[in-house]
Amino acid sequence: MEPAWIALGLSLKVALWATAIDLVAGVAVGFALARYRFPGREMVDSILLLPMVLPPTVLGYYLLVVVGRRGWLGGWLERTFGIQLIFTWQGAVLAAAIVAFPFVCKSARAAFENVDVQFEQAARVLGLGAAAVFFRVTLPLAWRGILAGTLLAFARALGEFGATLMIAGSIPGKTQTLSIAVYDAVQAGQDELANGLVLLTSATCIAVLLLAGRLAPSRVPGRW
Amino acid sequence: MHVGVLSSRRMASVALAFVLAFASPVVFAAELTISAAASLGDAFRDIGRAFESAHPDTKVQLNFAASGALLQQIAKGAPVDVFASADEETMDRAEQQKLIRHGSRVDFAANALVVVVPRDAASSPKTLADLAATSIRRIAIGLPASVPAGRYARFALDKAKLWPAIEAKVIGAQSVRQGLDYVARGEVDAGFVYATDAALEVDKVRVAFVVPTDPPVRYPIAIVEGSGNLAAARGFVAFVASLAGQDTMARYGFGKP
Repeated sequence: MEPAWIALGLSLKVALWATAIDLVAGVAVGFALARYRFPGREMVDSILLLPMVLPPTVLGYYLLVVVGRRGWLGGWLERTFGIQLIFTWQGAVLAAAIVAFPFVCKSARAAFENVDVQFEQAARVLGLGAAAVFFRVTLPLAWRGILAGTLLAFARALGEFGATLMIAGSIPGKTQTLSIAVYDAVQAGQDELANGLVLLTSATCIAVLLLAGRLAPSRVPGRW
Repeated sequence: MHVGVLSSRRMASVALAFVLAFASPVVFAAELTISAAASLGDAFRDIGRAFESAHPDTKVQLNFAASGALLQQIAKGAPVDVFASADEETMDRAEQQKLIRHGSRVDFAANALVVVVPRDAASSPKTLADLAATSIRRIAIGLPASVPAGRYARFALDKAKLWPAIEAKVIGAQSVRQGLDYVARGEVDAGFVYATDAALEVDKVRVAFVVPTDPPVRYPIAIVEGSGNLAAARGFVAFVASLAGQDTMARYGFGKP
């Protein structure tokens, strides 16, 4: 298979996994931030926003230090499960999931805050349990805002470069995503390959944006 | 959300601050931009400082990366005055593309390719063939397409017919120094770097063995075609080749070309 298509396949795989992880974690954290008062809530909110503003190289360095073989988390993972994240596609997923997390979390919080609590109270009065209220009332009312954030997160994960470059090791088919492949081709003066890769990347991003426009028409998040 | 409106006076002072921030450095002397191979980093920082104190009217800008990456920047028109690469092949390409001034090219240093392992590694390989052992799971090698150290390594492994045996373990590094960092952090079990790089991290890595290289590791330097500061560029190349320059190179472990 062409190197460009291998890189595209890997990029999509990494971005899909990262988005899936962010969707579950972001909805849970976004809901907690929207519905529960606890000390340091705004502090937590700010810290969760960090990956959006920190330079990707800083995140890459944190990852290298924390999940590397000699990092406290990486060392433990390797001793206990024999897992090494650096230089694997799972490592690339971790990097992408971290940088894209704020997009899901932020929009989920905003979407949940826009859901009228009276609907939830009415459902409780009518006999629904907490989980049922969440899945049958709150989530359906908030899903449009969450979906918009999720698509942005997917786009961000697809474009992740800096942190990945520091921990991935540019292994074709394993860690050489589209953005890394573009960088390698330009560094090596392989302009034809670079041209193919950037066209493919641009086409993919346009497709994602068109899909985003189709799935989430411009309406106020959380309203019908 | 409410957006505050800046008063026009406030706006004016903000604009003035911007203008001053961008306009102030124009008083500086002529700038000389040197693009040098990543492995030259520490030696050239010293040489650059020495050159500046000998030529107070010149400000030396150093730009370090893999030689192949530097070549691409120059080919795309980066305003570089002097180019120093870690191999003849990259400089040959620059010459073929007419990117360097005819007759300005000169070899100024030599180096050795070595295999390093983390300082605390339980065992260390003695030969290239040992790299195929199962105890070595990951090997950092500069990307051969743009990193000379990676190309030397690839040549050596191809010649020993060992590339297929270790290909699956290879971790591509963006420059020889990234490969060194991976070994120093223990993320890989071995890596191909220069002897001079290994010497910078003696507390974190140790040299397992020296890799025989063909061609030998030699560093050419040349003036870039279209350099806007020809006199200073000539002066810098001569300075690197001078006794003082060669002393500095030797102090960082480089050999004579």
